[in-house]
Amino acid sequence: MGAAHSASEEVRELEGKTGFSSDQIEQLHRRFKQLSGDQPTIRKENFNNVPDLELNPIRSKIVRAFFDNRNLRKGTSGLADEINFEDFLTIMSYFRPIDTTMDEEQVQLCRKEKLRFLFHMYDSDSDGRITLEEYRNVVEELLSGNPHIEKESARSIADGAMMEAASVCVGQMVRAWGPCLHAPLSACGALPAEPDQVYEGITFDDFLKIWQGIDIETKMHVRFLNMETIALCH
Amino acid sequence: MGIRGFVPFCPWNWCLLLATLQCCGAFSELNRSTDSSARRELNVRYAAASSQPAETISVFTLDYDYVQIPYEVTLWILLASLAKIGFHLNRRLPGLMPESCLLILVGALVGAVIFGTDHKSPPVMDSSIYFLYLLPPIVLESGYFMPTRPFFENLGSILWWAGLGALLNAFGIGLSLYLICQVPAFGLGDINLLQNLLFGSLISAVDPVAVLAVFEEARVNEQLYMMIFGEALLNDGISVVLYNILIAFTKMHKFEDIEPVDILAGCARFVIVGCGGAFFGVIFGFISAFITRFTQNISAIEPLIVFMFSYLSYLVAETLYLSGILAITACAVTMKKYVEENVSQTSYTTIKYFMKMLSSVSETLIFIFMGVSTIGKNHEWNWAFICFTLVFCQIWRAISVFVLFYVSNQFRTFPFSIKDQCVIFYSGVRGAGSFSLAFLLPLSLFPRKKLFVTATLVVIYFTVFIQGITVGPLVRYLDVRKTNKKESINEELHTRLMDHLKAGIEDVCGQWSHYQVRDKFKKFDHKYLRKILIRNNLPKSSLVSLYKKLEMKQAVEMVESGVLSSTAFSTPHRVQKTQETKRLSPEDVESMRDILTRNMYQVRQRTLSYNKYNLQPQTSEKQAKEILICRRNTFRESVKKGHSLPWGKPAGTKNIRYLSFPYSKPLPAGRDMKVAEFTDHDGSDSELPPITFNTHSPTGTIQERRWTPEVIPMKRLHGAGTPLHFGYRRNAGREEHLGRGGRAILRPKPLFHAVDEEFESEEESEEETPAFGSLLSSELRPGGDCNVSHSPLLQRK
Repeated sequence: MGAAHSASEEVRELEGKTGFSSDQIEQLHRRFKQLSGDQPTIRKENFNNVPDLELNPIRSKIVRAFFDNRNLRKGTSGLADEINFEDFLTIMSYFRPIDTTMDEEQVQLCRKEKLRFLFHMYDSDSDGRITLEEYRNVVEELLSGNPHIEKESARSIADGAMMEAASVCVGQMVRAWGPCLHAPLSACGALPAEPDQVYEGITFDDFLKIWQGIDIETKMHVRFLNMETIALCH
Repeated sequence: MGIRGFVPFCPWNWCLLLATLQCCGAFSELNRSTDSSARRELNVRYAAASSQPAETISVFTLDYDYVQIPYEVTLWILLASLAKIGFHLNRRLPGLMPESCLLILVGALVGAVIFGTDHKSPPVMDSSIYFLYLLPPIVLESGYFMPTRPFFENLGSILWWAGLGALLNAFGIGLSLYLICQVPAFGLGDINLLQNLLFGSLISAVDPVAVLAVFEEARVNEQLYMMIFGEALLNDGISVVLYNILIAFTKMHKFEDIEPVDILAGCARFVIVGCGGAFFGVIFGFISAFITRFTQNISAIEPLIVFMFSYLSYLVAETLYLSGILAITACAVTMKKYVEENVSQTSYTTIKYFMKMLSSVSETLIFIFMGVSTIGKNHEWNWAFICFTLVFCQIWRAISVFVLFYVSNQFRTFPFSIKDQCVIFYSGVRGAGSFSLAFLLPLSLFPRKKLFVTATLVVIYFTVFIQGITVGPLVRYLDVRKTNKKESINEELHTRLMDHLKAGIEDVCGQWSHYQVRDKFKKFDHKYLRKILIRNNLPKSSLVSLYKKLEMKQAVEMVESGVLSSTAFSTPHRVQKTQETKRLSPEDVESMRDILTRNMYQVRQRTLSYNKYNLQPQTSEKQAKEILICRRNTFRESVKKGHSLPWGKPAGTKNIRYLSFPYSKPLPAGRDMKVAEFTDHDGSDSELPPITFNTHSPTGTIQERRWTPEVIPMKRLHGAGTPLHFGYRRNAGREEHLGRGGRAILRPKPLFHAVDEEFESEEESEEETPAFGSLLSSELRPGGDCNVSHSPLLQRK
């Protein structure tokens, strides 16, 4: 009896923290136990049990994101060895759809959170910048599903994207520097420019800028996490 | 009259158009005037011939009757095509009004000519011709070009909206018009309930293709687009089924009363007809996919198989009194995926173009026939009926939109906003379908058929002209949520990453994945269907095909590495180009997107761009081929002119290519020495547009510009050497030479001499080794571009 009581207590607490409904939490808990094999925590190896994930080209990035301290709100860098159910929920809560009843500010906040999660996927060394190396890495992984595409083209895509990002983000910066002309170029490492002129990588602010026009609200969400909330609301 | 009104827009084009129109008119006029006399003569001749077999053969006779129908139909189609050409020559007009407006206007013009000359138009439209020949191509086309993925993602909402919407509209309009008919003052007392319902069913068949074009241009969000597309796709089918059932009821009603059982039977029949049709379609789709598996040796037959099986599915379904429209749609959707992989590239293109052509011919004919029957005596004008029809059409559309979407929004993650709903409401454009159904009403059962036809025409004209023209501004005004099709490679990447991420998270969460059914189907598909239906022994033994493949690959690589717009080499506008260099050129982005689309696992396909009247060019491979050819030519030319060195090219000629940067690794030492070397074989440098280089800081930049081109060719050749050897094995010596050059890369100093030699020898023997030449040039180009691409960036400040 007492155990059941404390369990529901716990659930309520989790509800408040993550915004999931108790039904969802229950379902996710079931899944969590399935993944962990009835252990209190999940380790990286547990994700090997998800057969559908095998085919995903960015599998390692996804798994990594689950253990990333920044996503778990536990620190600014590093990886956790194992995560408990609450952490699991925290990660999942990044994929809750944006509630239509939220006001503008909350939406912006939510949007930022989601983008931060994405940003962390790119920024694997947690230095707050997506460097060219990291970007290339991601693109290569994305294209790894097809064996016919060569690394070269993946790289050139990443480089093109980087150049574009640089030209989008550094615009005013460069203008401020006046004659410093090489900033975007040095982004790809082609030129040994002076250190203060190098575009070192996409910072989170730049990342936000790039995402400006994209309605992440409709994109970054997983459908099932929403179904029950609607059912509950009405 | 309508056309004359537009003359001021662009006098040139319209003059041209008018001239052609008048020519055609005059031509047919001529035929008609000779026609009557000829006919008389002909009759006499036949009469004579039958009685006296030994008549002399006349040297010159005219037999217009014999060719009249195909002749006039040909003229109509030609006229419509010419009008379309004129329409699209004008730049602003296509943005202002939908193409169906033009077709209707042309039809009205033809109608006016026919009416003015008292000529009897050929009986192109009757029930069997329409249902057997004109309708199937239209439906087949929209089924075949359906963007499969977004359609099935929104399947629930689409079925809900298109299915129930059509029914609600049909019955709503029918019933409320019946009420109006009860008012004695309107003089409509003789129209009974069934006739009203029938009219409701035919008037509720919307044809929002014109709206789709507007949507595409305004880039509205995908959900909204798919709703309208799904409606266009399914609405015809549903209305026709309803129409046929109601016609059957009306026939029955003539002899006996309708009992509740009959109504129940009718409802059951509606379901059976729809599902049965779809079922047959799927079966035939699989059969035709299976057959195309074996056609590799007679690829000319592939398009035929596709068309015949789709048509067969239609006919079989119709034989069994099932919905042929749904059958042919389902058939097209099913087979498309597999057929595309089985048939050869050319067959595939043929299929697409032929489908477009057939459907546009059908539609043109219907629209022209609509125009023809607009102008004539067979009208009955009843203010009350027509006005109320118009009003009820709008009211019931509004009701069905808001009610149905209110319900479906409860189940959607992302509900349709009020704006979306308004746009859907406004896009209820009627088209060829409604008119055909109204025109085909049997006069024996519908004494007031003329009234129905007139009312239908009014609704069509109103919706096509007023709504069709204003929906674009409305969409812009309401500022409907847009898709983000910005030309940005970053965005593309992020979105792709997100797709995979979502798929991954769903997988992690396990069993309640939204795409569960789809995934199941995918697995089934991979396990069984594809194995059975798709031929996988691609021709790989053939030497020629291998060579082609390699060549193509190389070209595609070039596209990928952004050498895409090399076609612009010889174009004179240089300065212009430097203006648009802040971003990637759209072609580059396009090609990148192409790579991304083709090569990623489980990516979400974008809404394919759909246009009823046109095909998007298949870019990637065609472009690659063109580039290959173009590249050779330019190289040859440049060699002949004597400046084969890519860095001799004026800077502004090319689009910027960020992509070529990865190859430009800076060399560690020896910079200063190089400067001198460069300047002497770089005569064309002085020709560079001053804007480009004024901004360069005098030190450093020049070498840097030089660096990149020289290094790249060798490096890339070295790397890509293995597959490319294939084409020019005979130049073994040259290869060796190349190899040396490649190694030379490590030692900075002799490198440039090596390159120079390379080029000189190349010039001499270019004619014998075109492949090699193209290779070299292609390898050099990215480098050449590289030096160019600095400048715009530099210039930007």
